[in-house]
Amino acid sequence: MRETQPTFPKDPQWTDPGSSRVPFWAYTRDDLYQRELERFFYTNHWCYVGLEAEIPNPGDFKRTVVGERSVVLVRSMDGEINVVENVCAHRGMRFCRERQGNAKDFFCPYHQWNYSLKGDLQGVPFRRGVKQDGQVNGGMPKDFKPEDHGLNKLKVAVRGGVVFASFDHGVESLEDFLGPAILPYFDRVFNGRKLTILGYRKQRIPGNWKLMQENIKDPYHPGLLHTWFSTFGLWRADNKSQLRMDAHHRHAAMVSIRGKGGKADEVVAGVDSFKETMTLNDPRLLDIVPEAWWGEPTVVMTTIFPSIIIQQQVNSVSMRHIQPRGNGTFDFVWTHFGFEDDSPEMTERRLIQANLFGPAGFVSADDGEVIEWSQEGFTQKPSHRTVVEMGGTDVGDAEHMVTEALIRGMYGYWRRVMGE
Amino acid sequence: MKNFEDYMALLTLYSDYALVCDSADWDQWPSFFTEDGRYRLQPRENYERGMPLCLLALESRAMIEDRVYGVKETMYHDPYYQRHIVGTPRVIKEVVIDGVAHIYAEANYVVIRTKYDGDSTVYNCGIYRDDIVKTADGFKFALRHAIYDSEMVPNSVIYPI
Repeated sequence: MRETQPTFPKDPQWTDPGSSRVPFWAYTRDDLYQRELERFFYTNHWCYVGLEAEIPNPGDFKRTVVGERSVVLVRSMDGEINVVENVCAHRGMRFCRERQGNAKDFFCPYHQWNYSLKGDLQGVPFRRGVKQDGQVNGGMPKDFKPEDHGLNKLKVAVRGGVVFASFDHGVESLEDFLGPAILPYFDRVFNGRKLTILGYRKQRIPGNWKLMQENIKDPYHPGLLHTWFSTFGLWRADNKSQLRMDAHHRHAAMVSIRGKGGKADEVVAGVDSFKETMTLNDPRLLDIVPEAWWGEPTVVMTTIFPSIIIQQQVNSVSMRHIQPRGNGTFDFVWTHFGFEDDSPEMTERRLIQANLFGPAGFVSADDGEVIEWSQEGFTQKPSHRTVVEMGGTDVGDAEHMVTEALIRGMYGYWRRVMGE
Repeated sequence: MKNFEDYMALLTLYSDYALVCDSADWDQWPSFFTEDGRYRLQPRENYERGMPLCLLALESRAMIEDRVYGVKETMYHDPYYQRHIVGTPRVIKEVVIDGVAHIYAEANYVVIRTKYDGDSTVYNCGIYRDDIVKTADGFKFALRHAIYDSEMVPNSVIYPI
């Protein structure tokens, strides 16, 4: 194909109808990225901040982010969960430096302003001035009201042990935000059981944050990019599956039932990653034991726009938190967990299957790599566009995985909210 | 450690391991482990907070062989060189368990990554905390536990650390 347009368009316009051809500049422009932060991360949406099990006791806190804004998730002395912005009301310092811990209150070391764990200002040194030689020097103005100078408090929603927060106090309920199509997949994992935290994995991926949402809304790639999925039948085109979206097409669930794997010409012929003779030396890597709460599916990958992916891949469950850092990089933070009634053998199984996932995972390491290479292509010629047309150009649920409809759905939503 | 021969064997184990990791001779990697030897690559945060999750937790030499197959055959990734700089091992203790002599030792390490056309950058740094056994076939790892400070992984880890 010959391309004639300039490499760096002066006044880029998304002229194609629909959302099947995404301009490369949608991943590379700073102005769009800031608008995304405003419209997706800071207003109208719920963002993931953590799990209740990470802060089980009064005073427990965890520092995290909503978009690029540092926030602290904390359980106050009355057991309530609060999220406050990590910016001192006085001179704007990010006062919380530890990534987690236990505290009775918050204070900013600079001028020692002190806040309750709910974010209320409790103490301002020298507020009434300092007495010297019979005179009172300084002090805050008489009309200074501490209640006007608390930390920025976010709206909080907790469901099934998962904590979401929003800077936007007018945001709809979490349940309405997730919508009736996605809520059952959320509740399937978080059905009221206590969670146990197994640990974290963190990676910095040099790509636009939307690429990770796309990756988990893309059922076309796993059976091709990932040998383990195609060879062992964990995820490939001949598996029984469903793709579901919320009414806005921003969230999605990819649901599948493991097939037999092995050779089936129509799905593995010519697929470079398929290894017909591959067997495991240590079968514990795929020692899959079905759990009652799964129901029929063996895998459900749920993307909650914009910030979180809920992974259930056989016995491995995790939260994958998207933390954007400019248009070309995001941090990807994995919290692997189990459930309070797990036997020691099940915990061991979850830990061993975790070798498939994360920044070094047999499967997931490739995803970070291809996202990096995609961003390189976009940066090279922002005037070009992707072709997201597997399964057509329309948007809708599907009963198979040979489609990119969920990505088209997300970019339809993106265009409506962004006004592009 | 009083026996100089043992200490030489320990030094050789550490330096041979580093060289194999850097030479892309991945098939040699499992040979440093006993049959039920384990390899753990774990972020320091998880280790210090008592959380069991690792970046990689390979529970046997067979599982390490499965990883070698993954590195060589199944994982798509940017090619890169890596270079291990490993400090002198410090022997923590020596004990005999069920007639087998174990040496517990640790050493700091830095791994530098160089991608084609790229800079050489610090990729992963941390400490090895190892359980080494004397076998008829020389010193082997019953456990090689790499605990890394570089918790924010620069995209991916493919080759052995």
